[in-house]
Amino acid sequence: MELNMSKVKSICSPSHLRNFYEKFGLPRLIICLFLLGLFILAFIMKMDLTILLSASLDRIGMNGLLVLAMLPTLVTGVGLNFGLPVGFVCGLVGGVISMEYDLTGFTGLFTAMLCALPLALLTGYLYAALLERVRGQEMMVGTYVGFAVVAGMCIFWLTAPFKNPSMVWAIGGKGLRVTLTLYEHYSKILNNFLAFKLFGVNIPTGLLLFFGFFCWLAHLFFRTRTGMAMVATGANPMYAMSSGINVRRMRYISVMMSNALAALGAVVYAQSYGFLQLYTAPLYMAFPAVAAALIGGATLKKATVGHIIIGAVLFQTLLTIALPVTQTVLQGTDISEIARMIISNGMILYALTRNERG
Amino acid sequence: MNEPKIAPQTLSEKTVKLKEGKNLELILGELSVPLFFTALCLLGIIAAGLNPRFLVNEIITRLARNSFLVLSLIIPVIAGLGLNFGIVIGAMSGQAALIIITHLEIGGLPGFFLAALISVPFSLIAGYLTGLVLNRAKGREMVTGYILGFFANGVYQLIFLVLVGTLIPMSNPKMMLSSGIGLRNTMDLIAVNKALDNALLSSLRLGPFKIPWATFLAIGLLCLFTAYFTKTKLGQQMRAVGQDMHIAAVSGINVDRIRLIAIMISTVLGAWGQLIYLQNIGTFNTYNSHEQVGMFSIAAILIGGASISKATIWNALIGVLLFHTLFVVSPLAGQRILGIPQVGEYFRSFLAYGVIAVALALHAWQTKKKAASRDKE
Amino acid sequence: MPEFSVLELKNITKSYFGNTVLKGINLSVKPGEIHAIVGENGAGKSTLMNLIFGMPVIHDTGGFEGDIIMDGQVVKINSPRQAMELGIGMVHQEFMLIPGFTVMENIKLNREPTKPNLVSKILGSNMETLDYAAMRQDSIRALEKLGLEIDENAYVSRLPVGYMQFVEIAREIDKKRARVIVFDEPTAVLAESEANHLITAMKRLAEQGISILFITHRLDEVMACSDTISILRDGELVKTLTREETSVEEIAELMVGRKVERGQLPSRSVEPDDDDIILELKDLTVEMPGERVRGLDLKVRRGEILGIGGLAGQGKVGIANGVMGLYPATGEVIKDGEALKLNDPKAALDAKMAFVSEDRRGVGLLLDESIAVNIVLTSIEAQNKFLRRTILPGVHLLDQKAVREYALKIIKDLDIRCTGPNQPVRRLSGGNQQKVCLARAFSLEPEILWVSEPTRGIDIGAKQLVLDLLVHFNREYGMTIIMTSSELNELRRICDRIALVYRGKVAGILKPDASDLDFGLMISGKQPVKEVG
Repeated sequence: MELNMSKVKSICSPSHLRNFYEKFGLPRLIICLFLLGLFILAFIMKMDLTILLSASLDRIGMNGLLVLAMLPTLVTGVGLNFGLPVGFVCGLVGGVISMEYDLTGFTGLFTAMLCALPLALLTGYLYAALLERVRGQEMMVGTYVGFAVVAGMCIFWLTAPFKNPSMVWAIGGKGLRVTLTLYEHYSKILNNFLAFKLFGVNIPTGLLLFFGFFCWLAHLFFRTRTGMAMVATGANPMYAMSSGINVRRMRYISVMMSNALAALGAVVYAQSYGFLQLYTAPLYMAFPAVAAALIGGATLKKATVGHIIIGAVLFQTLLTIALPVTQTVLQGTDISEIARMIISNGMILYALTRNERG
Repeated sequence: MNEPKIAPQTLSEKTVKLKEGKNLELILGELSVPLFFTALCLLGIIAAGLNPRFLVNEIITRLARNSFLVLSLIIPVIAGLGLNFGIVIGAMSGQAALIIITHLEIGGLPGFFLAALISVPFSLIAGYLTGLVLNRAKGREMVTGYILGFFANGVYQLIFLVLVGTLIPMSNPKMMLSSGIGLRNTMDLIAVNKALDNALLSSLRLGPFKIPWATFLAIGLLCLFTAYFTKTKLGQQMRAVGQDMHIAAVSGINVDRIRLIAIMISTVLGAWGQLIYLQNIGTFNTYNSHEQVGMFSIAAILIGGASISKATIWNALIGVLLFHTLFVVSPLAGQRILGIPQVGEYFRSFLAYGVIAVALALHAWQTKKKAASRDKE
Repeated sequence: MPEFSVLELKNITKSYFGNTVLKGINLSVKPGEIHAIVGENGAGKSTLMNLIFGMPVIHDTGGFEGDIIMDGQVVKINSPRQAMELGIGMVHQEFMLIPGFTVMENIKLNREPTKPNLVSKILGSNMETLDYAAMRQDSIRALEKLGLEIDENAYVSRLPVGYMQFVEIAREIDKKRARVIVFDEPTAVLAESEANHLITAMKRLAEQGISILFITHRLDEVMACSDTISILRDGELVKTLTREETSVEEIAELMVGRKVERGQLPSRSVEPDDDDIILELKDLTVEMPGERVRGLDLKVRRGEILGIGGLAGQGKVGIANGVMGLYPATGEVIKDGEALKLNDPKAALDAKMAFVSEDRRGVGLLLDESIAVNIVLTSIEAQNKFLRRTILPGVHLLDQKAVREYALKIIKDLDIRCTGPNQPVRRLSGGNQQKVCLARAFSLEPEILWVSEPTRGIDIGAKQLVLDLLVHFNREYGMTIIMTSSELNELRRICDRIALVYRGKVAGILKPDASDLDFGLMISGKQPVKEVG
C-alpha cells in the first residue's frame, strides 16, 4: 500500500510532468487539444458523430500506408521522404495496367499491386542512388525530383499506348483521362471486406487490417538483423559502420522500401477513393504524409511504428472532422483547408528548426 | 618605438606560383546550362513556327513583368542562404498592400507607389520573421523557406478569407464575398492596371513594339543597386558570411544579423516585384497568384546559369529571357510535333521542376566532393 | 633587447569544472622577442593561448584567476575583439581564410576602409563603398613586412597551402598596433621548406619589434628561432630558459619528466615472444584528417599489451581507425599470416579484432538506445549472435530474453553503474559509458582488442578501473591489446612495450621503464638513444 502511494506521488511530481510534456511535445499537445475542441464543438452543434468517426476511420486506412512510407527513411536518417510521388506514380501505373485488362475484385487490386512493386523497387533504387549523392539536401532534392517525375508522367499519361475505352479520352482516343473511375473494378474492395457497424460507426475492417498488417510487419522487421542495422545507421552511422554494417546499403534499402510502400499506398488510396487520379494529382501527396509522421512524434532522427500509427490517426481525424465542423460553426466558411495548411506545414517547420540533440 | 625597417631581402621564392587558372572547360561548364536552354528555345521557336513579331512582343512583356522578381533572389544567394523559396512571402506582402489600395480606391501611379510604400513595413516584418526561422535551420534553409512559404500561405488565407469581415472590420461588397466574410477569389486591378508600364513615354515605340519604359527603368535601377550593393561594406560582409559562416564570425561579423538583413531586403524586393507583376497583368487571384512565384523565379534564374551559391544580374536577366521564351513556344511546339498541346505544357513544367531538381542535386554533389577533397589536403 | 615587457601573465590559474588545467603561471614577453611555449598534449598550451586571446570558451567556463598585464596595466580580455584592440593577434592552426576571396579581401576582412556615398549618408556607414585602392595599399604594405611578393588580387583558393599561412599572418600585422602575435602550432601543416620560410618571416617580424608567442612541439624549430623557451607540464610552468643556456635534450626531459608509479601487474603463464607475431602492419597509410598515418610498420606480439603514444596530430590515432576500416587505408595488414582486406570494417571484425574508439559518443555509442542494445548490436550484425529462428525459414528475430540475460551478466561483471539494461546510455557517466564500449567490444570475443584513448574525459577513479579492466582482459582471456593514448603515464603503467608515433611513422619502441629523456626525445621526433623490441 505504502509502495503504491509513493509511486503515485512520484508520477504526479513536477519533474515527471515536465518529462511527460517534453516527451509529448508542445505541438502534439496543441493538436490534441484542437482535436478535442472540434469534437466538443461537434457535440454541441448536435452533429452526427458516427458519420464523422466513420469518415475518419476511412481516411486513416486510406492514408495509413503513405504515412508508413515515411518510416524507413526516417529510421535510417535519410530524412522525410518528400519524393513520395515517385513511388506514388508507380502505384498509379500498376493501377492503370490492371485496369487496361479489365481485372476486377481482389484480382484487380493485387494485380495492380504486383505490377507496381517491381517498378517501385527499380525506381526506388535509382532514387536512392541519387539521394546518396546529395546527402544533406535529400529533402529539397526529393521534393523537386518528385515534382519532376509527376510532370514527366503527365506526358506519359498523354502518350502511353493504353487502349481500354473506359480509360482514354472519348474524343481523339489518345491519352488517358484525368480521373479514372474504379467503380467497375475494385473500388472500396478493402473497405467493404468484413465491414460492420459498431454503435452506428462504419468499420472498414479490410482496410484497417491491411494497414495494421503492414504496421505489424514493419514492427517485426525492426527486430531482424537488417532492421536493427537500419536503426543503427540512422542513430549513429559511425557506430553502424564500425559494427560492420554497410551503411550505404541500408540507406538504399530504406529508400526502396519507402518507395514500395508509397506505391502500395497509392493503390490502397485509389481503391478507397474509388478513382485513380492521374496527371498533377500526386504532386503534393508527400506533404500530408510527412506532417502525419511528425505529428505522431517522429523526428528527423528517430521514428517508430507507434509514431506512424498515432500520427495517421491524429492527423487524418483532424482533417476529416475539421471540414464539417467548421462549416457548421462558421456557416459556410471552410477553414479546414487553411487549418490543414497551417498545421501540416507548421509541424514540418517545427521539425526542421528544432535543435536535435547530437 | 622606431619605425620598423623593412629588410631589403625577400623570401627565396619571389613570386608565388599560382595553381592553374580557369580553363576553357570550366567556363564552358558554367555556360552549359544557358547554352542548352538557348538551343532548346531555338528548336522550340522553329518547331512552333510563331510569328516573330508576336514572339518578340510577348518576350518584352514577360521580361518587364518578371525580371524584378527574379533579381530579388540574388542577395540571399550572396549571403549563402541559397535560393530564397520564401520569396512568396514577399509576394504576399505586396498583394496585401494592393488589397489595401484597392479598398481605398486609390489608383494610377500614386496608387501604385502607395502600394509600394505600404508593402515595405509588411515585407520587412515578414522578412524578419522568415530570417529568424531560417537562422534556426542553418544548412537546410531552402527546404525550410519552401515550407515556410506554404505555412505563410495558410496564414495569409486565414487573414483574408476568415478574419476579414470578422475580426478585421471591413465592408466592401465589390471586393468581399456575399456572406460578408472574406475576400473574393479575384481582384480587379483596373485602377493600377499598367500604372507603371505606361508611366513614362508610353507613346514612344521601338519600331512596332510597345515598351514599358518605366518598368524597365525600375529593373535597371535594381540592377544598379545590386551591383553597388556588392561593393559596400555590408555587401562584403554578406559575401563573407555566404562563403564561410564560421570564418566570418571569427572576423567579428554578426552572422545571424547579416543573414536576417539579406532575407529582409529580398522580401521587400519580392513584394515590389509582385506589384510590378500584378500591375502588368491587371487582375489577380487573391489566393493563388503568389503560389507559383517562387518556383518560376527560381527556375528562371537557374536556367540563366545561376547556382545555389552563385548568382549574378546576368543570370537573372538571361534566365527570364530563356525561361519565358520556352514558356511561350512550348505549347505550340507540342501541338505541332505531337498534335497534343498539353504535351508542351507538361513539358514546360517538367523542365521547370527538373531544372530545379538538377541544380539542387548538382550543388549538393559538388559540396560533398569539395568537402571530401578538402579532407584529403 | 629592452627590459620592460609588452605582455605579462601573473599567477594565472584556470580550472574547468573543478579540474585545474593551469596552475599559477607567470610569464613575460618582451618587445621583439620570440617566446616559444612547448609541452605535451594536455599540458595547458592551448588553454593558455585561448585565455590570452579572450576566446569565449574561457569565459563560458567561469573565467580564470590571476592578471594579464600590458604596459604595466592590468587588462581585461573578455573577447577576441578586445584582444585585437589591445594589439594581440592570433594565427590559427587551421586557416581562417575565405577561399573565394582575394588575398587583399582576406587581409582586410571586416576591417575594410570605405568611402561614404549618397546612399550611406541616409542608410548608415554599412552602405559605404569599399575603398579598393586603400585596401590594396594596406595589403601590399603588410605583405612587404613579411618579405613576401604575392599578387594581392589572387584568389586564396588558388594559393599553395604553405602561402595561405602568410596571408593569415599578413592580416594580423595589418591590424593597427599589432604588438603580440600568437602562433598556434603554425608549422603543423607545413612542409619542411615552407616551415623554414615561416621561421624566417617570424624573425623579420621580431626585428620590427613585434613579439611572438610560438607554440610548437618541434624542438628543432624552437632551437632555430626562439629567444626564450617556456616549458609547460601538467598545467604548470616548469621552467623558462633562454636558448643559449639550454639544449634539445634538456627541453625534452623537462616536457615529459614525471615519476611513474608502475604497480605490480599480474604475471602471465606465457610471456609474449618476438617470434610469435599475431599482427603485422606493413607500410600502412591512413587518410584520417588530422591524424594521418604515412607508411607505418609495426609488429604486435601475441598476448601483449602494446601501447601507442605520440603527440596529437602525429597519426597515432589513425592506426586503429585505419586497420578497423573506418578511414581509408592502404598498405598491408597481416593477421596470423593472412592478409586482411582493408577498408572493410566487416573484414576486420571477422578477423577477430574489436575496436573501442577514441570518439566515444561519436563512434562508440548509440546514445539514445539502451545499454543492452549498445552492447549486443555489433555482435548481432557482425556475428549473428542473439537471434532466434522463426516459423519462416531464413527469418531470424532478436532474442530479447538472451539479450537481457547477457546484458545483466556483463553489467555485473564489469560493474556498470546503471538502473538496468534498458537505461539509455546518454544518462550514464563517462566512465560507465566507456565500460559499455568495452562490453560492446568484449562481446565480440576478440583476439585483438584495439583501444583508443580509453580514459579520456572520465574521472580519476574510473580511469583506474578501466585500466584494470584492460589488464584483466589481457591476463584472463589472453586478448592481445593495442592501446593508443595521449597520456604516456598510463601507457607506461600497463603496457609491455610502447611504440611512439611521429609524423605518421613509428619513431621507435620503448620499454615502459625507459628514461624520461628517451620518451621526450622520441615524441618530438629526435633520434632515440636506444631501441628495444
